[in-house]
Amino acid sequence: MAKTKRPQKGINKEMHLVRHLFNEDKLKHVPTRNGYGEGVVEAGEANKNVVVLCCDLTESTRSHLFKKAFPDRFIQMGIAEQALASIGAGLSLVGKVPFISSYAAFSPGRNWEQIKTGVALQNSNVKIAGAHAGLSVGPDGATHQMLEDIAITRILPNMTVVVPCDYLETKKTTIAGAKKKGPFYFRFARSASPVITTKQTPFKIGRAETFRFGEDLTIIAAGPLMYEALLAAEMLSKDHGIEARVINCHTIRPLDVKAIVKAAKETGAIVTVEEAQVAGGLAGAVCETLALTTPIPVERIGAQDRFGESGEPRQVQEGLGVTAPFIAMAADRVLQRKMGKRVSAIPAHITAAEQRLELAQKEIMSEALSRAPKKWGGKKPNNTLKSRKK
Amino acid sequence: MPNLSKGPKVRKPLHLHEKKLKSLEKKAFEIREDLIDMLVEAGSGHSAGPLGMADVFTALYFHVMVHDPKKPGWKNRDRLILSNGHITPIRYAAMAHAGYFPKKQMMTLRKLGSPLQGHPELEYLPAVETTSGPLGSGSSQAAGIAYAGLMDQSPWRVYCVMGDGELNEGQVWEAFQFAGNNKLFNLTFIIDRNNIQIDGATEDVMPLEPLVDKLEAFNLNVIRCAGNSIRDFVSAVEHAQSISEKSTVIIADTIPGYGIDFMEFDFTWHGKPPKAGEESQSAVNHLRTLAGRISSEHE
Repeated sequence: MAKTKRPQKGINKEMHLVRHLFNEDKLKHVPTRNGYGEGVVEAGEANKNVVVLCCDLTESTRSHLFKKAFPDRFIQMGIAEQALASIGAGLSLVGKVPFISSYAAFSPGRNWEQIKTGVALQNSNVKIAGAHAGLSVGPDGATHQMLEDIAITRILPNMTVVVPCDYLETKKTTIAGAKKKGPFYFRFARSASPVITTKQTPFKIGRAETFRFGEDLTIIAAGPLMYEALLAAEMLSKDHGIEARVINCHTIRPLDVKAIVKAAKETGAIVTVEEAQVAGGLAGAVCETLALTTPIPVERIGAQDRFGESGEPRQVQEGLGVTAPFIAMAADRVLQRKMGKRVSAIPAHITAAEQRLELAQKEIMSEALSRAPKKWGGKKPNNTLKSRKK
Repeated sequence: MPNLSKGPKVRKPLHLHEKKLKSLEKKAFEIREDLIDMLVEAGSGHSAGPLGMADVFTALYFHVMVHDPKKPGWKNRDRLILSNGHITPIRYAAMAHAGYFPKKQMMTLRKLGSPLQGHPELEYLPAVETTSGPLGSGSSQAAGIAYAGLMDQSPWRVYCVMGDGELNEGQVWEAFQFAGNNKLFNLTFIIDRNNIQIDGATEDVMPLEPLVDKLEAFNLNVIRCAGNSIRDFVSAVEHAQSISEKSTVIIADTIPGYGIDFMEFDFTWHGKPPKAGEESQSAVNHLRTLAGRISSEHE
């Protein structure tokens, strides 16, 4: 009997992802910000015009590595993000390649107009490094978490927007950004996340990569949640025999339209995954593309028209419903829709996340309050406070 | 420009009797201790600024401001705007002592579901007046609140606490410009002049001096006081209330980390709490014994 060609499934070997991808103990966890810190030093070695500007956050953005290597090319801005963007633009007009770094909440959060005019409209060669993006800054709360950066940068003409998925890809992004002429925004995170790619993993700005083969649906992800997307795909395969294609769409602008349309045509259903507002974010970019080319069902994982809040980053991620189990729920719904079945008005992945958040809040609050010391009206001796324990 | 002929009257005599002063000083150290306990429970948060500002917040909540913790929405309350939102733990501790919420809540700082968010949020705890954290915008919001107060000839005053590093932000000077232009005499800015910011000493990162001259050039009434002396700070506020044609800026010279000797003057303590264990115990001990101001039986 002739062998029929079966569609490929499972991890794409040509992507050279780490060997023990699903063994949490063997995976390395490194904050993506380290990739920026190391990458910008390499970029500085390759090009003497690379300069780094920072707003009083030298160590936490990891700009201190560059400051140490090239003290003469590091510029301390003080806490002044609007000037950061405009002074960066000024430097670029005379041939420098400035990396302007601060927390994403403030740059491009606070200085958006300066970026619009001085960077995007002037088409200047400024690299905007957005640190502590997404929910990774956990306990600091909604003011310092940044979920809107993708939306506000990707709508700027001339701008390139990259959301790397791990420490190594952030390093590659930084180095590539220095070489690429023109306005460039990329974001990275504070907390450690799995390193899933290797040096051999292909990376080119503007080209989405298929990390996993599958024909039933496509999960398009950007950022450290890429790992959650891969986990969800494994769960779907193991538990339900559903094979999801997983695409690493690190470049949000210019979007790899070809890859997305191909996935839409071949799998007929898409789930987007990002640690950002789904409105306007990667989801927005994908939906716009599909509406104009290949309208098919899409479900969106990310912040659902709400802000984050204080809590450990993982708790907040789960509470906002952006981890693997929620991605699997969204996959289930998108498949129902693909088959023309009726689905609930509000997606299950949204209601489940809301319930999960409420429950987690209750548990965490009652645990904390149950340990209240006598001096604060509780029942425990004062010396049971963490600050008093030996 | 609002009608300046009518506005806040002095609603409360600020004269400090010796006994009251002593009790405020004691309270400031109790609040510091709770602050450290709270930060260590949270496992993250800012130490140096809050410790340095404990005396100012104690003076504001327990002597200066006209307010009612049981009625945080009372329309004639004085408004306290915290522009440098990251020092909110000291405000939370002072508010808990004043009775805005049960002290127990201090166990929940920065945790999922807490009204005590890492940076203050209006939606979670309305008594904080504004959401802040990103630096600079609180100063302008305070000016907006003060302007509306004068438009309505309201009796209340606005106090806006700011960091000195925060003065790097251009928006702060836009607020000063507006306050100077509109003679918002019901508005008092209080600058925590502790000379540190995240990357180092303010005068190394982005020098602010001569600060008094800069502020006076914006048509503001500038008073410099010892921010860790409740007596000195209260007298600066008294002075501010006697000026009816200008906004006042009180530059409160404070010692970052005040009360814990290994933190004092050290910028590396800007954004982290002491580690649970020996470090936090030693911090609490320092607070209890500082200059013998607190008796040893205090628990």
